[in-house]
Amino acid sequence: MSAKSSQKIAMAFIWGSGVITVLILFLIIGYVLARGVPALGWDFLFTAPKGGLSGEGGISTAIVSTIYIVILTIAMLIVPGIGAAIYLSEYAKDNWLTRIIRYGVDTLAGVPSIVFGLFGFVLFVTALHFSFSLLAGALTMVCLLLPTLIRTSEEAIKAVPRSHREGALALGATKWQAIWRVVLPSALPGIVTGIILCIGRIVGETACLYVTIGGSAAMPTSLLSGGRTLSLHLFYLSMETNAFEKAMATAAVLIITILIINTIINWISYRFQARMRGGA
Amino acid sequence: MDPKIETKQLNFYYGKLHAVKNATLDIREHQITALIGPSGCGKSTYLRTLNRMNDIIPGARVEGEVLLDRQNIYESNVDVVELRKRVGMVFQQPNPFPKSIYENVAFGPKMLGLGRKVNLDEVVEKSLRAAALWDEVKDNLHKSGLAISGGQQQRLCIARVLAVEPEVILMDEPCSALDPVSTLKIEELMRDLTKIYTIVIVTHNMLQAARVSDWTGFFLIGELVEYGKTVDIYSRPRDKRTEDYITGRFG
Repeated sequence: MSAKSSQKIAMAFIWGSGVITVLILFLIIGYVLARGVPALGWDFLFTAPKGGLSGEGGISTAIVSTIYIVILTIAMLIVPGIGAAIYLSEYAKDNWLTRIIRYGVDTLAGVPSIVFGLFGFVLFVTALHFSFSLLAGALTMVCLLLPTLIRTSEEAIKAVPRSHREGALALGATKWQAIWRVVLPSALPGIVTGIILCIGRIVGETACLYVTIGGSAAMPTSLLSGGRTLSLHLFYLSMETNAFEKAMATAAVLIITILIINTIINWISYRFQARMRGGA
Repeated sequence: MDPKIETKQLNFYYGKLHAVKNATLDIREHQITALIGPSGCGKSTYLRTLNRMNDIIPGARVEGEVLLDRQNIYESNVDVVELRKRVGMVFQQPNPFPKSIYENVAFGPKMLGLGRKVNLDEVVEKSLRAAALWDEVKDNLHKSGLAISGGQQQRLCIARVLAVEPEVILMDEPCSALDPVSTLKIEELMRDLTKIYTIVIVTHNMLQAARVSDWTGFFLIGELVEYGKTVDIYSRPRDKRTEDYITGRFG
């Protein structure tokens, strides 16, 4: 086979793969939006689901549960996540202990979420008697997302040029002042991107929450109330009811939410790069 | 007059690499001392021992004494943070923080907690004027420090150092990333600064050393080969290796 024809075949193959991928993506999103959006409306967004096998009602309590879980998880995640990232990137010496920590963090990031769910069920739901609750769910999500936030924040911190640290130290800054006043502000957009990525994971997570927050369709009233997030609601609708249109409408809400989150991430990383080049 | 900084039998090691060998020299107050030599000769390493910037490098080790106003800065009771306030540093690559011009200059005073005691606006203006940058940026103080030219960035870094009112300023090849016009501006600036400060500059550029410095030290493979008044070094070098270097036979 000549070099030219092999090049043509390779190009056709690559193009074909690209087209198929994009087609599948648009098919899924298009299908969900086409089936789901017509059922959307203020009514759907602002009435509570009936729960049980009926599939009647809207998604108001699911939206509230989702927001609660996001806020709770992020609130408990930020300090240990960013703290560990600062420790690993700025303070930890390269020895067997920190290598084990890093290896552990990487491994945890790849563990299926249901394993974390099981752990959360055993520890938070039963051993600590939080029962099925927002608190148990959020704590489990913290465990699930810590590795992700640690690694993304660590990358963001490492991306800050060494010259910025040296510049601060040479002005008489302590190591902590250099980190707090120069390194962290520079790394902030990268860290924020990591946090938003985590929010996306929380919104999309099902398995982990299935075994920790229960699935109550009622409006949560305290940290120890059960609840169901949008993804979980979608799971119940599709597995236990015949309310197919409502499931699709919920899925449409989820997809739109994720699209918004991704747009924000892109915007922030764009701003970040502009700032590092001196544009903003 | 007592020297501002004296180094006695200074040795520096990166792990097993012996980067500075037995360097003994005096740095005079309100004068410019230039350190010249080919790449990897230890001149930058030597410079960075003077404000203990090498401390942050793992595996680095210092032997000998560095006396600042007769006090050994490597003694255990010396506060490194305090030392670096007295001995400021300008780096090879301009390294303004990704903040506004104003915030870059105000960074030191704010960090040292002087924000309430001094008028920051005045400190910023004074430092920028002293760094010969004020007229170029006075209308754009809130522009990013990264959005100005390389030469302006380097003068901004000098202003940032001046704002903490050091006694000595170390300059590590401050012009190597700059164009000739900017280089000239920085050289003129250095002459002005010696009224108040003591300057030690590491440079690759022998003509620069000849133009700006009062004293010159020539380093080769970690060794201080020759040290003396710049006029003497350039007109009557005592060591054959110095002569070869400044006449361009190697390096």
